Amino acid sequence: MTRAFELTVNGEPVRVEADPDATLLHVLRNVLDLKGTRFGCGLGLCGACFVRMDGNVVPSCDVPMWSAAGRTVVTVEGLSAGGGLHRVQRALLDEQAAQCGFCISGIIMSAATLLDADPAPGERAVIEALDRNLCRCGVQRRVVRAIVNAGAAEETP
Amino acid sequence: MPKDLAANPILSRWVTVHPDGGVDVRVGKVELGQGILTALAQIAADELGVELERVRMRPANTASGPDEGLTSGSMSIMHSGGAVRVACAQVRARFTAEAARRWDVGAARVTVRRGLLECGERVTSYGALAGAVDLDVPADPLAPFTHGGKAVAVGTSAPRLDLPDKIAGRPRFIHDLRLPGQWFGRVVRPPSPGAALRHVDEGRLAGMDVLLVRDGSFVGVTGADEAEVSRAAEVLRAAASWDEHDTLPDEDGLRDFLRSGPHETLPVLTPPLDGSGPDGSEAPDGSEVPAGGAARPVARGLRASYGRPFLAHASMAPSCGVARWNDDGTLSVWSHSQGINGLRNAIGLALGLDADRIEVEHAEGAGCYGHNAADDAAFDAVLLARAVPGRPVHVQWSRRDELAWSPFGSAMSVEVAAEVSESGAVLTWDYDVWSQGHTSRPGFAGVPGLLAAGHLERPWPQPPAVDPPPAAGSGTVRNAVPIYDFPRRRVTGHRLLRAPLRSSALRALGAFMNVFAIESFMDELALSAGADPLEYRLAHLGDARGRRVLTAAADASGWGAPMPEGSGRGIGFARYKDKGAYCAVVAEVEAEQEIRVPRLTIAVDVGLVVNPDGVRNQIEGGATQAASWTLKERVRFDRRRVTSDDWESYPILRFSETPEISVILVEAPGLPSVGAGEAAQGPTAAAIANALAAALDIRLRDLPLTPDSIIATINATP
Repeated sequence: MTRAFELTVNGEPVRVEADPDATLLHVLRNVLDLKGTRFGCGLGLCGACFVRMDGNVVPSCDVPMWSAAGRTVVTVEGLSAGGGLHRVQRALLDEQAAQCGFCISGIIMSAATLLDADPAPGERAVIEALDRNLCRCGVQRRVVRAIVNAGAAEETP
Repeated sequence: MPKDLAANPILSRWVTVHPDGGVDVRVGKVELGQGILTALAQIAADELGVELERVRMRPANTASGPDEGLTSGSMSIMHSGGAVRVACAQVRARFTAEAARRWDVGAARVTVRRGLLECGERVTSYGALAGAVDLDVPADPLAPFTHGGKAVAVGTSAPRLDLPDKIAGRPRFIHDLRLPGQWFGRVVRPPSPGAALRHVDEGRLAGMDVLLVRDGSFVGVTGADEAEVSRAAEVLRAAASWDEHDTLPDEDGLRDFLRSGPHETLPVLTPPLDGSGPDGSEAPDGSEVPAGGAARPVARGLRASYGRPFLAHASMAPSCGVARWNDDGTLSVWSHSQGINGLRNAIGLALGLDADRIEVEHAEGAGCYGHNAADDAAFDAVLLARAVPGRPVHVQWSRRDELAWSPFGSAMSVEVAAEVSESGAVLTWDYDVWSQGHTSRPGFAGVPGLLAAGHLERPWPQPPAVDPPPAAGSGTVRNAVPIYDFPRRRVTGHRLLRAPLRSSALRALGAFMNVFAIESFMDELALSAGADPLEYRLAHLGDARGRRVLTAAADASGWGAPMPEGSGRGIGFARYKDKGAYCAVVAEVEAEQEIRVPRLTIAVDVGLVVNPDGVRNQIEGGATQAASWTLKERVRFDRRRVTSDDWESYPILRFSETPEISVILVEAPGLPSVGAGEAAQGPTAAAIANALAAALDIRLRDLPLTPDSIIATINATP
């Protein structure tokens, strides 16, 4: 049985019809057509589906719609106002810090949220912030370098 | 002519030039996250004489593109790169000839640069000539091999063509594919490899908006709404009852399981029976007996046995496939397969359908490290879509099935013995390796090789995995021959003729284990001779490129400098597949509560480097993954079921555990380009094990190397 839910996604109020137990990830991908958030495990263990909800990074595969109602959600598509790239994304491109890229949206969400709290994090802080994100291709060190660079670039305009 | 071009000689299969000057290039190799399409675009751009930005790499397609077999074995840059180079050189020659004809000048006077063809004041372009040059012609085997111009794109770290989409979060993966009228599907797999479906309580699906599809033990649902389909699959799982049997080996007795047979014996190097002569005649590297080697008396012998468990691909995305049965009786399939033509033929075989009626198009998936479940998921989609003709059905696997039902890299066991002289020089080398086979790809052994085909009402047999032939790099015995100059060597493989756990190609196949064993044992021999492990290797190695790579890695790593208590440095080295990339790895290990690998220093020689950053990224990624295999990974199972089916039961390396990696590219620009994707796997494992031995003076010979195995080894030492 579907119900109407209202929430804010990437700055826009949205109203969606969904089963209360359907996941936020399902609604983002299949109802709102925001495919940047990926399904990796459905168990909240890999980070591919990370979004920001009310300021916190959460696995959207593990958020039922009944608990997403009224929340403010930001996805990888909505990180940068005006549709450009967020500095984390630019830094990742500069470092070519991806191989298959399936994990990268979730990593971008973790990193961007870290930079909001700590604009110029050191390596250790970056690693800690990304430790819930899995990557199988092995670009971890490139990603860390990119995020540290993204922070440093902000410090010295 | 390169073999892929000889097999697909019509130039228009490879290249289409558009009036706007854009160039479509079609190859049979596929993007697996390794960046191959970018490297091939660089080659195409240079041979055509156009800017890289004008080249568009089209998805591989069985109907419109060349058939280049599998994207595997680190062969793409060599095979497809060679074919693209010649095909594009010939396209360029045809455009040049057309310009020369129009201007009534000799073709040699026409130069091509940045998409423009020029002769003195006269200028035209690829786009302007596109309509006049016929590319529906076979490549000319006698035409010049290459234009020989200066490299523009090749040799540069051109950014990956696919990363802007992926990093911006744009739809790009097969998981994001949405076709008109598309439905979704889920399959409920058996709970264990030997299980058969007894009964489905179909009534429990009543009221759900899905269609049940059942064929023997293959059972799934399809419907319009993905959330509803997922829920229905869970209901179906609970509604299905199965007959199960214990079919799996003892996970703690893999060595005995692997060695117990029956086997196919794979003689690799067999010295003469009289024991007098060397085996040099059969050595692929043509090594010779070191001066006086055979004459030295044996002083002592050493023997050791090594093992590795089953390993999972553990891709970040679950496998996915899309299929549609069309009104005209044809079948369209989208897959992230490594071999779309093999998949097409296997689907045809499984269903008794003419392969010409099937079209498979590649769509990108997550990182692929060998024969994973991509083909299986495509066939699942074909079976579910058969119930709804005209409708595309998009099937995505669960994480649980991805970890439990994708083929595994086989467990392996090695026994190696050597006799050495008084000075420690190796006189005889005696090596056996046991393994399940390393390929059960679609079409292997004359069967479809698709998971669901074995579950149908009229099931296809599921024979044990075989090994690729030596020309394709072998499987069990890949890299089983040491690169070192030993006077007398015997190397034998033993492929198990049973495969209770389905095994197939995983990055580097047998090379990961063989290099781990050979390079661990070299370390043991060095230490027993009181020699430095690097010097010991160099003393046995005549191969100049190998020596250069070993020395480069050692120099960059600070080899020989003292390490703190509880820390150690170790080295591992190999030439992948005996003819591919040379790779030497120095690992630093800290062993306290945990085993940590803070740093890897890697030197690699891949011949001519097409994209330096691409090579670095592949080596870094390969080494990181190999570190994960080495330190953490082991497929878990009881006698009935695979039990490692999520990221907690099958952990992989995390950010906090990932080593810092520096890669040195040892240049060899005059030599052919070879692939980099698998070169680091074995050397990394050996380097870590050797560093651990240096840190703790404890030799671990079975992977993964864990604190528990350190304790067990200490307890087992008298």
